Amino acid sequence: MGESANSARGDLKLTRITKSYGDFTAVDDFSLTIPEGSFFALLGPSGCGKTTTLRMIAGLEEPTVGSIHLGSTDITTTKPYQRPINTVFQNYALFPHLTIFENIAFGLRRRGIKGVDEAVNKVLNLVELPHLAQRKPTQLSGGQQQRIALARAIVNRPALLLLDEPLGALDLKLRRQMQIELKWIQKEVGLTFVHVTHDQEEAMTMADTIAVMNEGKIEQMGSPADLYDNPETAFVANFLGQSNLIKGSLVGTDGDSLIADLFGQKISLPRNRSHAVDSSIVAGIRPEKFRISLLQTPTSGNVLSGGKIEDVSYIGVSTQYQVMMPWGQELMVFEQNDDGVAPFQIGDGVNISWEPIFTFALRGDEDVEAGTEVMPEDLDEE
Amino acid sequence: MKKISTPYLLLLPGFAFLFTFFILPIVNLAQVSTQTPIEGGDTGEFKQTLRFSNYVDAFLDSREQFGRSLVYALVATLIALAIAYPLAYGLAFKAGRFKNILLVLVVAPFFVSFLLRTVAWKQILGENGFVVPTLRSLGILSESTTITSTAFAVITGMAYNFLPFMTLPLYASIDRIDPRTLEASGDLYANGFTTFRKVTLPLSMPGVVAGTLLTFIPAAGDYVNAEILGGPNNTMVGNVIQSRFLVSDYPATSSISFILMAAILVIVTIYIRKAGTDEVV
Repeated sequence: MGESANSARGDLKLTRITKSYGDFTAVDDFSLTIPEGSFFALLGPSGCGKTTTLRMIAGLEEPTVGSIHLGSTDITTTKPYQRPINTVFQNYALFPHLTIFENIAFGLRRRGIKGVDEAVNKVLNLVELPHLAQRKPTQLSGGQQQRIALARAIVNRPALLLLDEPLGALDLKLRRQMQIELKWIQKEVGLTFVHVTHDQEEAMTMADTIAVMNEGKIEQMGSPADLYDNPETAFVANFLGQSNLIKGSLVGTDGDSLIADLFGQKISLPRNRSHAVDSSIVAGIRPEKFRISLLQTPTSGNVLSGGKIEDVSYIGVSTQYQVMMPWGQELMVFEQNDDGVAPFQIGDGVNISWEPIFTFALRGDEDVEAGTEVMPEDLDEE
Repeated sequence: MKKISTPYLLLLPGFAFLFTFFILPIVNLAQVSTQTPIEGGDTGEFKQTLRFSNYVDAFLDSREQFGRSLVYALVATLIALAIAYPLAYGLAFKAGRFKNILLVLVVAPFFVSFLLRTVAWKQILGENGFVVPTLRSLGILSESTTITSTAFAVITGMAYNFLPFMTLPLYASIDRIDPRTLEASGDLYANGFTTFRKVTLPLSMPGVVAGTLLTFIPAAGDYVNAEILGGPNNTMVGNVIQSRFLVSDYPATSSISFILMAAILVIVTIYIRKAGTDEVV
């Protein structure tokens, strides 16, 4: 069993996985296929079950129900040390009593591989820290420890590399740099990476495919651009970036477009971006897609008129406006600062306009607040 | 007058205490150890003659007890380690919310005096305890064999008395181990036993070293266990010191004490070098 599991390769397939702890269901009837060679992200707020899912893939937890396959091999109950899967742990979990060299050689030695020097030195070069081989982990900075944790895992050439919030402990600047490096290393070594994070920007920067998780289930899965431009649920619309969600109803069609009524004002949207099941919808538009114009200025595309500027925040690259609409909802608008001035003042009466193609529509019974209460910055590490 | 800085002032009481109750007695002890009896004097009257062969005599007279002390202390330490390690491991990783209650239970024997505990151990192992009749009825122990007054009684008595000294440092160092390093070891192809050998044990070495020293050193100098639980064939160095002291043979008492101190110091130094705590964080 050990040998066959250890040499397993191929797509990772989770089939109808459920994991319960007493009354609490951490992961709920969860199915997922991760193609070999991809950079896959599991994204969601704290407590959404993403870490539990990762631990089940690693073998550190056993699913209550369901099965896990790697290629054609069933690894559901295989011990962690018998799986060709390695993990980059949150906070790294380096062995404090071993040198960096021995930390990296640990997995190779356990598998009885002779002559580990070449492999260890190669991976130390890959993470650009060959001069630290004889140090102890506590003598390294957080960023260096992070790279060693990565080196310790990838030196084993696992079929699957799991990354559990690997950048969570780094400061913002280093995190951005490591995101780019991780992406590059993944291409370089060609391994399948499964990355767990609550940071939507991190997931979008790095992953080919993102699965957004909420309350133990997958909300939506797709490329970063898919998820951002065409979210299927309010949770995804709010958790990945920010969205303006406006209640309305579908009133007609026009070729490939649907016509919707938002509080008495007609707009159009692409049919393939509507996830509504009946005529009641929630229309969604990203704040940076909006344009603001004074009431008298002619505009094209979709227009919502009768707004009033409530608040102006100058951010540098953009200016953020809060616009109060006649039906009592505040909309967010991000305008690029590419014309040198912030032309609108608090109290100005304005119209909001945008290209119809940037509109998406959710089911009318969606909770427009879903996913907004969890700001990634506020989350503790799981 | 130049102002004396506060840290030195704060150190003063400690220095004064150590000087009065450690340095002075040690110097006195050294001084007594080379004295000889005054000819025609009373028992316990000695004069300084710098007779260093007192040490040779003392060692030759009690080398059997020296050997026994070191062997008994070593075996007792190993028994205590074998019992305390799983206990400390369980406390650190498996006890959950019962951790604190169990820790109190580990320390609980300290609420009873050392002497009373040893007497209790004698009762337990004695003819009227439950151990001997039980073993006899099971046919493990013959009617004529006893447990008290044996090496077994003395060694287990020491292991029992010093168990908390072994358990607490072990617990402290095992509790500091990040359980994620154990998961990482499993993730990196080490099974449970290899993980223990390559990760858990090396990381708990500071506790092993501290615990074994805290057990071995007092055990090597102990005489209470041998006195209460042992027989004439189980006397240890501590018993020799005590008996010589009671007959006022102070030079022999002092020289044996010095030899014991030196022996323990040498053993501990070699042990710490070998165990290499500096390799462990």
